[in-house]
Amino acid sequence: MSTATNTTELKDWPLWEIFVRSKQGLEHKHCGSLHASDAQHALQMARDVYTRRQEGVSIWVVPSRAITASAPEDKEALFEPAADKIYRHPTFYDIPEEVGHM
Amino acid sequence: MYTQSFTVQDAPGQGGAKPASTQPVALENAEAQKRFDATIDADGRIEPQDWMPEAYRKTLIRQISQHAHSETVGMLPEGNWISRAPSLKRKAILIAKVQDEGGHGLYLYSAAETLGQGRDQMLDDLHTGRAKYSSIFNYPALTWADVGVIGWLVDGAAIMNQIPLCRCSYGPYARAMIRVCKEESFHQRQGYECLLVMMQGTAEQKAMVQDAVNRFWWKCLAMFGPPDTDSPHSAQAMRWGIKRISNDDLRQKFIDATVPQANVLGVTLPDPDLKWNAERQHYDYGQIDWDEFWNTVNGHGPCNKERLATRVKAHEDGQWVRDAALAYARKHQPAQQKEAA
Repeated sequence: MSTATNTTELKDWPLWEIFVRSKQGLEHKHCGSLHASDAQHALQMARDVYTRRQEGVSIWVVPSRAITASAPEDKEALFEPAADKIYRHPTFYDIPEEVGHM
Repeated sequence: MYTQSFTVQDAPGQGGAKPASTQPVALENAEAQKRFDATIDADGRIEPQDWMPEAYRKTLIRQISQHAHSETVGMLPEGNWISRAPSLKRKAILIAKVQDEGGHGLYLYSAAETLGQGRDQMLDDLHTGRAKYSSIFNYPALTWADVGVIGWLVDGAAIMNQIPLCRCSYGPYARAMIRVCKEESFHQRQGYECLLVMMQGTAEQKAMVQDAVNRFWWKCLAMFGPPDTDSPHSAQAMRWGIKRISNDDLRQKFIDATVPQANVLGVTLPDPDLKWNAERQHYDYGQIDWDEFWNTVNGHGPCNKERLATRVKAHEDGQWVRDAALAYARKHQPAQQKEAA
């Protein structure tokens, strides 16, 4: 979750972001982070910390520093232009009722 | 679990969050503050990368780390009973509960880290005694009935406190609390059920339950924190959407919910002033001993020293494991990179 680079990483276990697939057919979803010495260790820890009650069938672990996130101040530039493109939505188009479901 | 001391200041000298690397000019700051206020007013959520006032960040770091410390220290009184649980079933339940408390601490530490506070710093604050944790753990768990009462009353009080935190304005904290609350219900129910069984037992067992209730009841009421009239930080925390319901209102809710449970169980809550007030539609209750509460918060409770010493010893005894894991990771890192290449 943190995007700050972990400068004390050599001394400490680095931070990992944890993603859990709750059941087959669904996507992996971010559920938190934890410290672990390496990827295998992070998987083992994630199993104990985030899936004690069958919350998942699969886990991804990703080093936190490997994540690049968009900046909050870029929100408008990235997402606002979509707001006036209402023709991208099916409800923009009027279809005669006798056509039925389309 | 346990959230009493959130309005309690830590000792001075606690490491704060990393300062922002660039000081935004005053004008930008005012704009950002306006956007922040608008988000709060609209009951929106603040996420880690969003601008936030330094005081909001500091308040959250203090609250979330105290909360994490409480979960972690909360393993100790019950952990003492794992080897003495009366049956294999109760032992398995208790191990699962104590593991949950450790897990709750980890969810919360990771939420606090999103605010820029390092894990090492937080642990250091706990181990050196600068940071506070919930005072309820500075009382001993003397009998097996205490384990049941901790689940029923201490976790029950914690649930009251934590449910409103699921709507906290800070996203990572709110999400961690949703996870915690789901598991907390198991904690309360296993405690209550353990007591139900004891209350069907011998006179001695029943007396043991009553004794545990007598010792924990007032401490649990104090867990909700000082009265509203004596809680200077509450208004600001309410304004920020960190706190949703006042200490006194939560305390009242807890009492109203607990009295019928005590009746079913067949125990007496140790308060002669406890009676239904038809006009208020709530139970009236007696005076909480706040001097005793503050005395314990300030380090002079029966187990403050022992709890901290146990925690520090566990951390130090685990040092070789952390070192070994790192050494193993370093040794195998080059091989992994070669494989990837």
